[in-house]
Amino acid sequence: MATHHDVLTVTGARKRFGDVTALDGASLALREGELLALLGPNGAGKTTLIRAIAGRVQLDAGEIRLFGRLLSGRKTAPELGIVPQELAIYPSLTARENLEAFGRLQGLSAANVASQVRWALEVTALADRANEPIKGFSGGMKRRLNIACGIIHRPRIVLLDEPTVGVDPQSRERIYDMLAELTRAGVSLLLTTHHLEEAEARCARTVIIDHGKVIAAGSLAELVDQTVGRHRVVTLRVNTPLAAVPPGVDVGVEDARVLRARVGDVARDLPALLAALSAQGGEVEDVEVRGPSLQSVFIHLTGRELRE
Amino acid sequence: MILTLVRVSWTNLRRDRVAQSLTFLLPIIFFSIFATVFGNQGQNSTAKIQIALIDEDGSELSRRIVEGLRAEKSLRLRTTVDAEGKGAVLDRTTGEQLVRNGDVPVAVILPKGLGETAAAFGPSTNSVRVKLLADVSDPVAPQMVNGLLQKVSMTAAPDLMMEGGMKQFERYAGTLTPQQRAAVDTWLPQMKPAASGGSKTGGADQAFGIGVDTVDVMRQGRSESLISFYAAGVGVMFLLFSVSGASGSLLDEMDTGTLDRVLSTRLGMSGLLTAKWIFITLLGVVQLTVMFLWGRIAFGLELERHLPGFFVMTAFTAAAAAGFGLMLATLARTRAQLSGMSTIIILTMSALGGSMFPRFLMSETMQKFGLLTFNAWALDGYLKVFWRNAPIVALWPQVLVLSALTAAFLALARTFARRWETA
Repeated sequence: MATHHDVLTVTGARKRFGDVTALDGASLALREGELLALLGPNGAGKTTLIRAIAGRVQLDAGEIRLFGRLLSGRKTAPELGIVPQELAIYPSLTARENLEAFGRLQGLSAANVASQVRWALEVTALADRANEPIKGFSGGMKRRLNIACGIIHRPRIVLLDEPTVGVDPQSRERIYDMLAELTRAGVSLLLTTHHLEEAEARCARTVIIDHGKVIAAGSLAELVDQTVGRHRVVTLRVNTPLAAVPPGVDVGVEDARVLRARVGDVARDLPALLAALSAQGGEVEDVEVRGPSLQSVFIHLTGRELRE
Repeated sequence: MILTLVRVSWTNLRRDRVAQSLTFLLPIIFFSIFATVFGNQGQNSTAKIQIALIDEDGSELSRRIVEGLRAEKSLRLRTTVDAEGKGAVLDRTTGEQLVRNGDVPVAVILPKGLGETAAAFGPSTNSVRVKLLADVSDPVAPQMVNGLLQKVSMTAAPDLMMEGGMKQFERYAGTLTPQQRAAVDTWLPQMKPAASGGSKTGGADQAFGIGVDTVDVMRQGRSESLISFYAAGVGVMFLLFSVSGASGSLLDEMDTGTLDRVLSTRLGMSGLLTAKWIFITLLGVVQLTVMFLWGRIAFGLELERHLPGFFVMTAFTAAAAAGFGLMLATLARTRAQLSGMSTIIILTMSALGGSMFPRFLMSETMQKFGLLTFNAWALDGYLKVFWRNAPIVALWPQVLVLSALTAAFLALARTFARRWETA
């Protein structure tokens, strides 16, 4: 499975907690300098997989390799940076003090810490608030500091668990800009998120995990081809409910004036559809054409059933 | 609407076991402790007071006093250096040393010539008086022994006391006539007790008691009071509260994910616990130092004279307390659980261990039971330093026990902390 681009590979990872199977043979590969999204419903095994890579969970079976080296033992590899979902920072300390503390805990020398702290404050745009206690920080600033504490030692791979949860769109943009800067510098990022639009827009590749197994992996186009196909969904609104509709057109359950159809080639099939509706006496008021999205792929693969 | 809120409050209480424990269990525990410790005060079942007895006189009177005291149910006599009745017979020096060491609260000395002059009733300056060497940190025992001495002297040897009294009478009022002498000789043997049980009450007038001088062997030439005891008692109790609070930062860090992040760095769990232990120990040292400094400033506690002993006890006490706090924090699952658990355990230990009231006021059984607590060893050490003026080397039992407790607490904390390590 590993190629010369892969910096991290997980193969056949299995882990049980009592009667619960958290990982059931999950495998994935992270390439150098890429931002890889790890998606899955609640309880799918994302966090267990991240914790296993971080050395915080011992696998029952399977292996994890970092730069080709088999990970063993209970220590987190020094090449890894961890950004947990929680704001795992000391609230009474300033941003600078937090960074200094985690820098020292990561084994940086006193001389190195100062330069690394400067770099991390610049990357996270927190330099002008560096000496303020973080109690007064906004949610977005705390999130950025949370990331900075995970990368203070300049790891080559960073594992980010929901790094944008609970922050406003502006802060999310800033955080993804930070992540893009890191990938440009050659850092590889594995990110879990429930914001599918962000994953679609920002990540070159996606891995979808459910019930402890990886059920799909690849670029959005590859995932679409593997699952829902490349057809578009056309939603139309007519002025009055029609007595009969053309074949392949569904009538809305709540509103009979809303019609839906799947088309393979928009340029060829949409005019024909409009003509057919007109022939049935319907006057089209609105048309929406929607392509396949990560959301549709995700729902297609994991279903609509609630995961508690 | 009001009833709805009442129902919600009730449901919250019903589901909060910690709150239930604090509301219902803690008062019962405390009531039981106080009832056990003080419930038997004044009854015959009160714990025996051990006293040292030195009979320098060897007269008929002193022999009867010894027998009379031995027959008292509330006393246990020690007449030899060894507690089990072996070894050399106690003398004035070894008896005083026993009091100084805190082995007995009182040493009774029946001086040479007591039998000859004990019957010099009243405040005669020429009479030989019983010496009662006492440690007044126990205000009860000397008073009780004094009272029993008076009782025993009159009930165990009324004939001797009367004989002495008649001699005194003849000395100042003139010799008895032959008829008077005959009557006295007939009457005196009737006063001799049938047995030396000495527990007969009544008949003897307390005004005819023997002279007793109480000597406080702990405060000779010193002006210190028991401030050191209270400084140590209160200090240790609040030290335990503050260390369990500080150790609770582990649980806060677990909640915020900081603990997990720290464990993902180069620092392992052992390093993390060591760092916490060092910090909390230093915090404890500062807290106790502030407490004793305040005792020095506000109450004249003689801190300077005892600095080496103070620092030894403070360092070992704080180290053990920090280990205790970490053990509780690693055992608890939540802050609320830690808070409830530590309140119950610390208050119970403080009550039994002498932080709330002196252990010497407790029964002997409760005193021994108290030695199972952290507080008792710490307080005994501070009392040795400040009250008994003991040299540092004499602190070895306390230092040894506190060190062992520190090791045990830290080992348990490390074991309990495994749940936070790799799953």
